[in-house]
Amino acid sequence: MSAAAAEPLVEFDEAELERTWRRPPGLWGWLTTVDHKEIGMRFIVTALVFFALGGVLALMMRIQLARPDNHFVGPDLYDQIFTMHGTTMMFLFAIPVMEAMGLYLVPLMIGTRNVAFPRLAAFSYWLFLFGGITLFTFFLLNIGPDAGWFMYVPLAGPAFSPGKRVDIWSQLINFTEISALAASIELIVTTFKMRAPGMSLGRIPIFVWAMVITSFMVVFAMPAVMTCSLFLTTDRLVATHFYNQAEGGDPLLWQHLFWFFAHPEVYIVFIPATGFVAAMLPAFTRRPVFGYPAIVSAASAVAFLGFGLWVHHMFATGLPQLGTSFFSASTMAIAVPSGVQVFCWTATLWSGRIVPRVPMLFVLGFLFLFILGGFTGVMQASEPLDLQLHDTYFVVAHFHYVLIGGSMFPLFGALYYWFPKMTGRLTNETLGVTSFVLLFAGFNLTFFPMHLLGLHGMPRRVYTYLPETGWGTDNLIATIGATILAAGVLAMVFNMLWSLRRGAPAGDNPWMADSLEWSVPSPPPVYNFAYLPYVGSRAPLWTRRDDDPVVTGLRTDCREVLLTHTSDASPDSVSLLPEPSIWPMMLALSATVTFILSCFTPWAVPLGAVLVFISLVGWASPGGSEGRCRMKPVARMTREELARLSEIAA
Amino acid sequence: MTMRCAIRHGLGIAWSAAFTALSVRTSAAASSVLEPAGAGARLASKLWWWIGGTLSVLYVLIGALLVFVIVRRATRVADGFSIPPPDEPRERRLAKIVAVNAVLTTLLLVVFLAVSLSVGHAVVALSSNVDVRMKVTGHQWWWEIEYEDPVASNTFVTANEFHVPVGKTVDLHLVSADVIHSFWIPNLTGKRDLIPGRNNHVVIRAERAGEYVGQCAEFCGLQHAHMRIVVVAESDEDFARWLVHEREPAPEPTGEKEIHGRQVFTSGPCVMCHTVRGTMAASRAGPELTHLASRRTLGAGTIPNTRAHLFAWITDSQSVKPGNRMPQVPMQGADLDDLAAWLETLR
Repeated sequence: MSAAAAEPLVEFDEAELERTWRRPPGLWGWLTTVDHKEIGMRFIVTALVFFALGGVLALMMRIQLARPDNHFVGPDLYDQIFTMHGTTMMFLFAIPVMEAMGLYLVPLMIGTRNVAFPRLAAFSYWLFLFGGITLFTFFLLNIGPDAGWFMYVPLAGPAFSPGKRVDIWSQLINFTEISALAASIELIVTTFKMRAPGMSLGRIPIFVWAMVITSFMVVFAMPAVMTCSLFLTTDRLVATHFYNQAEGGDPLLWQHLFWFFAHPEVYIVFIPATGFVAAMLPAFTRRPVFGYPAIVSAASAVAFLGFGLWVHHMFATGLPQLGTSFFSASTMAIAVPSGVQVFCWTATLWSGRIVPRVPMLFVLGFLFLFILGGFTGVMQASEPLDLQLHDTYFVVAHFHYVLIGGSMFPLFGALYYWFPKMTGRLTNETLGVTSFVLLFAGFNLTFFPMHLLGLHGMPRRVYTYLPETGWGTDNLIATIGATILAAGVLAMVFNMLWSLRRGAPAGDNPWMADSLEWSVPSPPPVYNFAYLPYVGSRAPLWTRRDDDPVVTGLRTDCREVLLTHTSDASPDSVSLLPEPSIWPMMLALSATVTFILSCFTPWAVPLGAVLVFISLVGWASPGGSEGRCRMKPVARMTREELARLSEIAA
Repeated sequence: MTMRCAIRHGLGIAWSAAFTALSVRTSAAASSVLEPAGAGARLASKLWWWIGGTLSVLYVLIGALLVFVIVRRATRVADGFSIPPPDEPRERRLAKIVAVNAVLTTLLLVVFLAVSLSVGHAVVALSSNVDVRMKVTGHQWWWEIEYEDPVASNTFVTANEFHVPVGKTVDLHLVSADVIHSFWIPNLTGKRDLIPGRNNHVVIRAERAGEYVGQCAEFCGLQHAHMRIVVVAESDEDFARWLVHEREPAPEPTGEKEIHGRQVFTSGPCVMCHTVRGTMAASRAGPELTHLASRRTLGAGTIPNTRAHLFAWITDSQSVKPGNRMPQVPMQGADLDDLAAWLETLR
């Protein structure tokens, strides 16, 4: 450990630090924890469970479509299945798992002890968990949403979707969006205010940049979908007419609001994946990623442009020519920053030495799949061509190449990459390679034929097709591919479960990587860093010297963290983080009660307000050692110490 | 080396083969974007070959380059933390290459955009001289087609199938009776949505005679999968004959069975939803049936229009097309026989 060599300025009691930061033991501690690592791990595992459930739904669809006129499931169940698949993968897996990786990794990568608002992180997790449980409970009760994850009105409106299926969906939006907003604000503030001294903006790891950029996208995109799903709820619950054209509403209002969220959402899922790639590349090419400023600006450009593309989902709605031309152009434009990122990664490979470990295989696989998905995306940017491809299986192929190839492959690589850090164990290399080969082959076998199906006229969201359409062969190939893909996922899960018990001890830094999380033991201690490090370069562990300074003087008997300035990460002040609390979970429960009852009666809103108020009072009440720590002046972090740190940072 | 094997065998061969297959594959399927028979689809397919073709070639080149880089730069082990200091001249060279590539990417996209916009313009220009006008109404889950004519008595309504003259421009006025649908005949033209409260238009101009099948492309509920439409493109003379024939009311039944069949129809619940011109049945809630027997399919393309399927549809349409809006109508043996016999005379 870096701190060992440095000269501590004050007495340092590691056991006391451990006592201060650890949570109470047992179930109570489990429910009240505010440790970002524990919450992050739970978040990741829960999201992966939803991924598995979404995958089972996908397999059911593939079985139904394996041959024409199949009767494995009927139209009613099929509609619920594909709606649940899309909703689960988007809202309960893709966004949450990225946020979760951020919650786990960001504090470790920027060198601090926890996230900025630990209770908010716990709240974010509980709300996400309860939302997912709610959705699947209703699905098992045959009240699963069935109008598509995009919920176009008027099909999803009160006239054509009576019953409670659509209401469950719009409440799920509330669950996941509030959860995502909470996590995003968490990550933005943590990154901007809690970086280790010396980690100026230009030294922030690219993955952390990616999470910050993504979080800003969440902050701007989510309100749109919350608005449109709220309109839908009120249209259905209290007979407003936002989408009722007969009363002056407009069905297209839904599409504009929904896609203003849902197109950026693709990038919300993709940008963290570019962060994974950039985090893994240095370890496996033995050089820093080429073009740090270019990659970070490209990601920002993608995030910015991502808000100007939504109409390309609506080319067929008959909007004016000038408007569609603009969105054709903006859609093509986003290929430029994406291209720059790919060029930078290729340059990194070109000038590095490629170490073929399992995470790297996923990075390389990602490049091949993402470029193909990007290319088919450019094809659909062209409006006249898109009118032929839109809403066909070509689109299904395209976005699975982008989302699975472009996001999930880096994610799987990232899971392999950080598994040793999170668990202290190495995964099995042979099983890892096997899972990669199965995933890569299965993925292509499943989704490549869908390009052809789309070109041959197969629309999306059909529960069956006629034999004379000639779509049988390609569909059968896709179904076979899906089973191979599933085998790959199973191999990966098995590998991780096996390694959890039997894997070789990982040590601090098994990949000889460059970023701060690898400087602490695996798994990291509850307080992350015994001494907060000083960061002197973009690759702190590669440029580390024995006489590097460290931060001393944070109290070990209180949950103190160092706040630094946003631009140059020079020390600003010392802040106190809250203790474990049950109230984040209680607030999430209150929200859950409110949301579920809102499907049935508007009176849920005042009732919910009371419950939420009670929970917030509990949340804000000081408890534990907080009072004691607040009463004492910040003793050990003297003015001299802050001055010393500022000097170091400069 | 596992990785090299995976890459050499898995990628290089598979990808180039797959993309070649995509480009040369000809389809046995009924509908295809790549076999245009209409002006709109031809323009779009031109774009496909230009943009899609260019990108396919580029993909193979980039893939080959990546494989080359990976194979060349692969090493067995990471040897410790000793990271060589960056080779500055090489980094500058790489920066130049990245910049040049970014510029080339931009240029390529500008070309794509220009081609795309000019084709878009050409598609719009197709609607300048309209020869025939029809109104297409989307219903859950069938299509209503109304032939428009300045002479009111020349208009007529039909369902799920219509004819167009080859080489003539046909304007389809698209509206919806319930939810959003999307009109799409892959071989003839791209999609256009039918949106409640809005009026959309799409133009088709068939370039050769034939039957072209399309299918609703916007998810519209339970039977979205069985909302098909047939467009028959034929010569001007055949089209004129079709118009004359469609305007006719249903032929007067002659046989005893058929007369009874018509009575079953007009005295039963059928008239609550259907129209058969020449009878009292004049409701437009369900598909118009005046010339039902001349159509190719039943249930908006769900089943072929044969006697056995007609029986199946009348007795239990819910098992043929679950969730469709036609209620189960209890029907006795002789009534059913005669009703089917009469419907079969509606040529």
